[in-house]
Amino acid sequence: MSWEALGVVLTAMLGGAIRVSIPFLFVALGETITEKSGRINLGLEGTLVLGAMGAFAVAFHSGSPWLGVLAAMGIGFLLGLMHGVICSLPRVNDIAVGIAMMSFGVGLAFFFGKPYIQPSAPRIQPIDLGFWTSNPSLSWALQINPLFFVGIALAGVLWWGFANTRPGLILRMTGDSEPAARAMGVNPIRVRILATAIGGSLAGVGGAFLSLSHPGVWTEGLSSGQGLMAVALVIFARWDPLRCVLAALLFGAAGALGPALQAVGISQGYYFFNAAPYILTLFIMIATARKAGASGAPGELSIVR
Amino acid sequence: MLQADPASTVAVPVLTDRLRAVAAGLAIPLGALIVSAAIFSVFLLALGKSPVQYFELVWRGGFGSWFSIQNTLSRAAPLILTALAFAIPARIGLTMLGAEGALVLGGLAAAAAAIPLVSNGFPVAPTLVLMVLAATAAGGAWMGLAGWLRHARGVNETISTLLLTYIAIAISFFFIEGALRDPASANRPSTMPIGRDYMVGTIPGTSIHWGLAAGVVLSVLLWLLMTRTTFGFAARVTGGNPRAALAQGLPVGRLMIACAAIAGACAGLAGFFEVAAVHGQANAAIAAGYGFTGILVAFLARQNPLAILPVAILFGAIDASGGLIQRRMGLPDATALVLQGLIFVVLLASDTLQGRLGALPGRRP
Repeated sequence: MSWEALGVVLTAMLGGAIRVSIPFLFVALGETITEKSGRINLGLEGTLVLGAMGAFAVAFHSGSPWLGVLAAMGIGFLLGLMHGVICSLPRVNDIAVGIAMMSFGVGLAFFFGKPYIQPSAPRIQPIDLGFWTSNPSLSWALQINPLFFVGIALAGVLWWGFANTRPGLILRMTGDSEPAARAMGVNPIRVRILATAIGGSLAGVGGAFLSLSHPGVWTEGLSSGQGLMAVALVIFARWDPLRCVLAALLFGAAGALGPALQAVGISQGYYFFNAAPYILTLFIMIATARKAGASGAPGELSIVR
Repeated sequence: MLQADPASTVAVPVLTDRLRAVAAGLAIPLGALIVSAAIFSVFLLALGKSPVQYFELVWRGGFGSWFSIQNTLSRAAPLILTALAFAIPARIGLTMLGAEGALVLGGLAAAAAAIPLVSNGFPVAPTLVLMVLAATAAGGAWMGLAGWLRHARGVNETISTLLLTYIAIAISFFFIEGALRDPASANRPSTMPIGRDYMVGTIPGTSIHWGLAAGVVLSVLLWLLMTRTTFGFAARVTGGNPRAALAQGLPVGRLMIACAAIAGACAGLAGFFEVAAVHGQANAAIAAGYGFTGILVAFLARQNPLAILPVAILFGAIDASGGLIQRRMGLPDATALVLQGLIFVVLLASDTLQGRLGALPGRRP
């Protein structure tokens, strides 16, 4: 591989890392809120897919991509609310319900999404940070979607909010010890339902990005497990919103590897490079699993027990 | 009346308790099915479609004629095997979703094993035996890996099996479009066809492949294994309380890995039948989602290998009637996915009734 080709791969990976990281980031931040409350939502993959489809449909009919984002938030909120309420029933297993919600969300998305496979909807226009360079691939890499900045800002707000605000304290307390929350007069069930619904609405935004960013189409293969990988990402990021940003960028870079290599004509092993994020996630889980309980895991969380 | 004879006061409660337990075990899943059907009817009405017509077409497309019954049973066969792949680890307390990946890898391994044997004219029967061994070994090792990771490293098996599924599909596409690709398969990359002579035939007098018989036999065998042997007992003890099992000196880790490997072997066998009985080669069509539907089948059957049989047939019928419903009602094939997702959610929500109806002990999946 020549130096020039390496440069192309690296810039494509930089741009790709930012682009691919956005859905990871939103799902991971949403899941962080949910898991901080002591509950896990594995169904965010379904939320992501249904959010993508709903955002696309609303943007297509209204002509406004931001209305689409709003719709995806609403869809995510409703799916999260459903998950939260069902899991609040006694003797119901939150991991299993997550799997069910995943298939329910994906089923609804495929059902209502059929007529939207052909057309293309108005896209969220990227912010052009590459105006200063004449290098086309670098300029393309720096066309950054505004949702990326929204996600970063949100991560900062959450990081600050978890530590310094009353809702943040209540959320963490509910996640760490249900008896303590009850003793403080907090209703843990209500906190968890709300945390799951808010987490779902953020995952919906991630879905909106999938269908409303470049190239702005809805297909049934739009998400391939990003919602699930984001759950593992949250464990990797130790339930810290700022580390979620870094982890999402890392996953984004892994996800951008295959397309970047293809851009310079290396298509041998394309499927392996495409599987890079899954393999990365698995290795991260193997490397960090035993330590999970010790550092920052909410005490009530079923997945790390 | 208060002074009934001693024999009946002892015998009657025991009998009614058992009956109530069985009734409660049946009532909750059946109730969940009815509630989901009702919600789904409202959904169809809201879309201006007739629920009566829908369920009538499911019946007709699934069981209405000898042709549709055979179609249903053929589709039930892989579902039985993938449902077993969920149910066996569930008994030991593992939520493993890797059946789809193990199925795809099993199919790939079967096709890969067949290529050199078929091209050298190896006899049919040993070729098929070697294909089965390759498929079950590949599937078993894949799921066994997740079991081992759980035991040795504490890696959550639910997420790891899902990731392994994506990786397994990537591996098989890599080989199907690369080293194992039949150059003649232009538009749809596939491995070399194994040829008519080497394919598993159908059960005599039907068009149903032998995968159904394998599924029925394995369901019975695994039911016996889980309920009538010390292995099954130890596995269920571990599923009920892993710490108590450890304190009893049970080899918890080995039991977990064994259950995971058995599960993977079942799914791998389903992959073998997809290749050797349905498609005749490995291609993208073997990743048809049976592994995921099998999870729902297992939940509805409450992880009981024998109950898996009727539930798999029911879902085979929903699957088999998809084409008819698409033609007659103009509903997309994703309609079955919506119904399945709905049943799944309602079923799990109904877990909250466990142990409140009759004497069935509450079991968390």
